[in-house]
Amino acid sequence: MGSSRMSKSLSQIVLPVAGGTALALSVALVVANLDYGRSKISSLEQRVEQTSLQAEAARNKASEEAAVVAELKAKVAEIQLAAIENATGGTNLTENAPRKDIAYGLGRAALTEEITAWDVDVLPDGRGLPEGRGDVFTGEEVFAEKCASCHGDFAEGVDNWPVLAGGFDTLADKDPVKTVGSYWPYLSTVWDYVHRSMPFGEAQTLTPDETYAIVAYILYSNDMVDDEFELSHENFPDIEMYNTGGFVIDDRPDREYTRWRGEPCMKNCKSAVEITMRATFLDVTPDEGGESRMDHTASENTPTFVASTDSTNTSVETETLEISALETDPAVVLAGEKVFKKCKACHAVGAGAKNKSGPQLNDLMGRMMGSVDGFKYSKAFKAAMEEGRVWNDAELAAFLAKPKAYMKGTRMSFAGIKKEKDLTAIIEFLRTTSN
Amino acid sequence: MDKTIKTSRRTFLKGSVAIAGASVAGGAAASEADPLITEVQEWASATGVGVDETPYGMPISFEKDVVRRNVEWLTASPISSINFTPIHALDGTITPQGCAFERHHSGAIELRKEDFRLMINGLVDRPLVFSYQDLERFPRENHIYFCECAANTGMEWAGAQLNGAQFTHGMIHNMEYTGVPLRTLLHEAGLGSANDLKNKWVYVEGADASSNGRSIPMEKALDDVLVAFKANGEALRMEHGYPVRLVVPGWEGNMWIKWLRRIEVTDAAVESREETSKYTDVYEDGTARKWTWVMDAKSVITTPSPQMPIDHTRGPMVISGLAWSGHGQITRVDVSKDGGITWETARLGKQGDTKALTRFYLDTEWTGEPMLLQSRAMDETGYVQPTKQQLRDSRGENSVYHNNCIQTWYVDENGVVENVEVS
Ligand code: HEC
Ligand code: HEC
Repeated sequence: MGSSRMSKSLSQIVLPVAGGTALALSVALVVANLDYGRSKISSLEQRVEQTSLQAEAARNKASEEAAVVAELKAKVAEIQLAAIENATGGTNLTENAPRKDIAYGLGRAALTEEITAWDVDVLPDGRGLPEGRGDVFTGEEVFAEKCASCHGDFAEGVDNWPVLAGGFDTLADKDPVKTVGSYWPYLSTVWDYVHRSMPFGEAQTLTPDETYAIVAYILYSNDMVDDEFELSHENFPDIEMYNTGGFVIDDRPDREYTRWRGEPCMKNCKSAVEITMRATFLDVTPDEGGESRMDHTASENTPTFVASTDSTNTSVETETLEISALETDPAVVLAGEKVFKKCKACHAVGAGAKNKSGPQLNDLMGRMMGSVDGFKYSKAFKAAMEEGRVWNDAELAAFLAKPKAYMKGTRMSFAGIKKEKDLTAIIEFLRTTSN
Repeated sequence: MDKTIKTSRRTFLKGSVAIAGASVAGGAAASEADPLITEVQEWASATGVGVDETPYGMPISFEKDVVRRNVEWLTASPISSINFTPIHALDGTITPQGCAFERHHSGAIELRKEDFRLMINGLVDRPLVFSYQDLERFPRENHIYFCECAANTGMEWAGAQLNGAQFTHGMIHNMEYTGVPLRTLLHEAGLGSANDLKNKWVYVEGADASSNGRSIPMEKALDDVLVAFKANGEALRMEHGYPVRLVVPGWEGNMWIKWLRRIEVTDAAVESREETSKYTDVYEDGTARKWTWVMDAKSVITTPSPQMPIDHTRGPMVISGLAWSGHGQITRVDVSKDGGITWETARLGKQGDTKALTRFYLDTEWTGEPMLLQSRAMDETGYVQPTKQQLRDSRGENSVYHNNCIQTWYVDENGVVENVEVS
């Protein structure tokens, strides 16, 4: 602290002096050049000689002086910086608006009737509801007149307009039907939304009684009340919604964030990649959308991308990615990956694979049987390891075809692979799996 | 109009392929002198347009396909609908207002500054009404933030659907906002009567016919929320809420109330339609998740992409894209050319701003081989952008909103690009 303050006060004194020196120096430079230009010349040779000499001298002098100027410039910059710092007392001048919790005295008091006009929101517990009532019968009439053109006579939705009724017990289906009945957790939301936002194009025109009646009718359309029902501010809190308990508060922190943090995989992150779905097959992109030139008919055969089997290679770009150009047929490897689904419950492969109920199967070919650290093998596999037996194509094929027959006493409860093709495929696949 | 652009582009492509055939490494050698250089062009001789011609400039006519587009079948009516930013054709990070996506629930309205009123009421000491001028007298700030609709990439949950970065990822824009911290206005009205602020909410609402309203927890309201009136230096556009909108950094776009008219301090969430029926995500078992406000880290490659095929010969090429996170800064983006087997770390255009778009570049070679391009963002919390499979494993396939999966573009040997899903 002390030393920085000292250099600041020093710089204040030096600043004008140094600036002056720099100025004087550059003036001298110009004058010197003029002098060279004016020197007398007696002959052409002399002139040539003299000129080159002068040029040489001028160059030397100029570079010397340039060095001095550069040094001074740096000094000036340093001094200016210090001066700025000094002027601001060392604080950063770029700052956000002050965080004062004082009043500036701007704006004017809101009048009660203004607040009443605009503050119309209704909370789940019914606060904010105006007094009023309306029955299903009236609701049906108002709905037919003001809502049915878009939402259908029975709130079932016309064309692409929202469906307001039905859809019960579909929320766990592939395409859940989310309606006021099946999905909305609070009745207050229906009242609030209809009252403030509908009918579309004529919003904020419904009276409280009309709104009560319409909401009663929407409940009726959802079979939640009978046709005699009347809704009012009094019985409002008694209505139970079907899906009130159906919501949880954002659980991404536990569900996802904790799992999805950390250093991601950079190499050999998958054994093979294949295209599983293409947008051009659906072709729902608007035509005027741009200039994609994807030929829908031509590129039926999309390539498969396979990780390299050669783990000694370090050049990431060219060696770990090879497209359809490996000795191993990528199609077979892919088929093998599918067969591996039968094993997945018990075995893991790939980066960071851990032992599950069966040992991890990375770099299996050439691996000693029963040799994975930390896995508790059966006596049969322990014996195989002591004998020094090693996994290769033939051994693996025999084992996987009939595990129990090949290795008497194995704990692997797996019936075996029947099809020759699947056997070849899984072996090809296990050739590619590594950490 | 678009048709002619398409043809001319195609002709251009053919031309460049022809050149490629004749070319040797180190660039094409010209056999004939280029008349564009050897002959005096009209524009080099005659005079151009005067300064009185264009009081407010629009992009030059050659750029007329760099526009917002909508997808008709998505919604029943363009009045309550959305369009998409042409992110495939932009570079840098700032989105020009004129092509920044729009989402309205009852159409965009024309509201004059003179007719603008902003009310603060509820659990405040002094319910107040502000005019537009009042707002300009409070200390103000400038910040760059992205605004992403929670439905961005929503059509891709079930599978690869829309063929273009504009359509898969264009519900986003990034602007520099000028405005007053919401906190300042809340203090102006006084929070004394709200007592414990921990369980308090701020309900915000717009002046349009949808009167879109959302509940924001007090903690966020007092943190970085802005009441903004300028974007990229000029007044907000009508479609973005002129004259005043709310800016809720890092949180879903629906909360960024446009044509802001009312701020109410409450002791509970209002549970409005937009925070119950909409913007909630249904899990596989039918339970739904609500209050999913923060937009998680996400990225997408904008070039090449389906609307931006590779137009040049083999050799140097730039892969470029955008990354962002509602949790703060983007710290790293990795790019894969083989569908996620191998990754390379991209270069960030500049240090990522908090809750703003970050541009990334991978300066690389186009080998002419097919590619499966992916980008993967990481943010300051260490969060790594998930694959579509990870998201599906976590949430099932019934979600509509909050899809921040890794996107895959398939580039074929001709440089043509398609939206695909991979194993
Ligand atoms: C001109 C067509 C039209 C008419 C008439 C209309 N609506 Fe709507 N309604 C819509 C549209 C469009 C939406 C979706 C608005 C949006 O995107 O935010 C909607 C949404 C709704 C929703 C919310 C649906 C959901 O799942 O979130 C309800 C409830 C509703 N309307 C009720 C009504 C009622 C009651 C009336 C009559 C008073 C009415 N509507 C009249 C077009 C209409
Ligand atoms: C139900 C669980 C289960 C399934 C399914 C299963 N395995 Fe196993 N696997 C095991 C167990 C347990 C062991 C260890 C056996 C022992 O110790 O006797 C094992 C051992 C192995 C080994 C020997 C590993 C070593 O370190 O020597 C191989 C190879 C193997 N399994 C391959 C497969 C393949 C391939 C499949 C699918 C086609 C498969 N397994 C299906 C449980 C399973």
